[in-house]
Amino acid sequence: MAVCVAVIAKENYPLYIRSIPTENELKFHYMVHTSLDVVDEKISAMGKALVDQRELYLGLLYPTEDYKVYGYVTNSKVKFVMVVDSSNTALRDNEIRSMFRKLHNSYTDVMCNPFYNPGDRIQSSRAFDSMVTSMMIQVC
Amino acid sequence: MEAAAGGGCGSGPPLLLSEGEQQCYSELFARCAGAAGGGPGSGPPEAARAVPGAVTAAAGPVADLFRASQLPAETLHQITELCGAKRVGYFGPTQFYIALKLIAAAQSGLPVRIESLKCELPLPRFMMSKTDADTRFGNPAELHGAKVQIPYLITEKNTFKRMDDEDKQETQSPTMSPLASPPSSPPHYQRVPLSHGYSKLRSSTEQMHPAPYEARQPLVQPEGPSSGAAGAKPPRHQASLIRSFSVEREPHDNNSNYPDEPWRITEEQREYYVNQFRSLQPDPSSFISGSVAKNFFTKSKLSIPELSYIWELSDADCDGALTLPEFCAAFHLIVARKNGYPLPEGLPPTLQPEYLQAAFPKPKRECTLFDSYSESMPANQQPRDLNRMEKLSVKDMADFPVPAQDVTSDDKQALKSTADEALPKDMSEDPATSKDSNSLKARPRSRSYSSTSIEEAMKRGEDPPTPPPRPQKTHSRASSLDLNKVFQPSVP
Repeated sequence: MAVCVAVIAKENYPLYIRSIPTENELKFHYMVHTSLDVVDEKISAMGKALVDQRELYLGLLYPTEDYKVYGYVTNSKVKFVMVVDSSNTALRDNEIRSMFRKLHNSYTDVMCNPFYNPGDRIQSSRAFDSMVTSMMIQVC
Repeated sequence: MEAAAGGGCGSGPPLLLSEGEQQCYSELFARCAGAAGGGPGSGPPEAARAVPGAVTAAAGPVADLFRASQLPAETLHQITELCGAKRVGYFGPTQFYIALKLIAAAQSGLPVRIESLKCELPLPRFMMSKTDADTRFGNPAELHGAKVQIPYLITEKNTFKRMDDEDKQETQSPTMSPLASPPSSPPHYQRVPLSHGYSKLRSSTEQMHPAPYEARQPLVQPEGPSSGAAGAKPPRHQASLIRSFSVEREPHDNNSNYPDEPWRITEEQREYYVNQFRSLQPDPSSFISGSVAKNFFTKSKLSIPELSYIWELSDADCDGALTLPEFCAAFHLIVARKNGYPLPEGLPPTLQPEYLQAAFPKPKRECTLFDSYSESMPANQQPRDLNRMEKLSVKDMADFPVPAQDVTSDDKQALKSTADEALPKDMSEDPATSKDSNSLKARPRSRSYSSTSIEEAMKRGEDPPTPPPRPQKTHSRASSLDLNKVFQPSVP
């Protein structure tokens, strides 16, 4: 399961970031931050046509010794970044894709809430929180 | 009665009391002051120290009252200090009112501060348990005496405020027997501020039938003093909250028959919500957009995160818009929240859209048809058309996607018998309306469709008996008069 999940806005500031081993949170924040460069690289390489679901999913952004970082970008240039434990080798690409799809759906639901201003931090949506928690269980 | 009355107000903060609060507080103060004379030496030292000529409430009953508010002891001490009673040594009207207002603030979760007094607050809630009165008076006779006093006095206040005689009888009869059943008097007492606010609101809004209130009476009886904390919840104190939200509001909770289900919407509340929906969106089968709903709900003055959460709960299909049942659920959650209920973790089953659609099909149908024909009809014909269309709708309810699909069979049978006369004409309109009601998007179009068909039918409808459908419902003379005018020229 994911160790850290982050939603980053178009302007590259975090809308939502949460990691499981909460003591090392700063490390994950750094990882997510550095991954943004890779995301931007991939986006520019792909060009303008970002309609296909496959292209929304960016795949493995970069691996470190302990973690793998996956990326996903929506049509409105909102990025989802997921950090997964490398020891969790059972995780296949499909599973990562489905996790991103769930993230995307929950994010859309949050956007549909008129009381949410796009660009705000996602802090009031319990449904979103519970969905992310479900993705991040049993890691500690 | 302003806070300036009485001696020793000194440097007390300015106290703005609403009408309901003033009534309630003055009643409580009178009781405490009155009980001072009758109490067995309760607090005479304090009273003796009072400024001569000023009415004071003896500390004994006051302490009882405060303890009955179920606030922790240190909160009560804070309140006593803040209101100035400790300083002056007695509870004058000023201090008492301030204290009551602070109690209300504390019960609403606000900090015990002078600034809290400036907020509009519900009335404070007091739970007179047996033990409190016992320890205070230590005398069964006194106990009963005190207990009788509370409901009796409040009853008097109720009768004074009540518009309806039926309500008067209701409040009097149960509370007349407190000696027989002391446990029931606390709930009655508690219910008083609610009914008080209720009656106040009734004077300012439309007449609401007392049926839910009647049903509430037996409901509260079983609660008993054991459910102390829970007992404090059902009564709602809406007078000030109502005013802060909007002009017209349903004041009472929906515990009509289900004491544990504050999430059930009563018929009155349902009608109110539907009216509000229609004020935002004329077509009740369509939906309210997110921004419209946001503006509307923001008026409730709840915090944005809470509103966001309520939206999350009520917008079941997460489409950013509220259909009528979703809107009712959201509105109901807001009402509940404003009355102190914590928001549920998930949408309660009685607020689910399917349940709401099933439970209250009739108003929706009326609204749909009413609005779909409102544009084509002159205003005074609408009641008649509503009746006809109601019967019309019975048959093609099954085709309506949004309104209650699950109860169509029941309602069909119920109304079928009355719809026979209208059948011939209705048949011509059925295809048009059922066709167009198949999708929500087609709703605006259905209006024009049905309006033309209705007009055609009306012109055509001389052969079938036109008059019979009309007298079914009791509507104003004007409607029938106009219809006669309309039909007479074309009647061969």
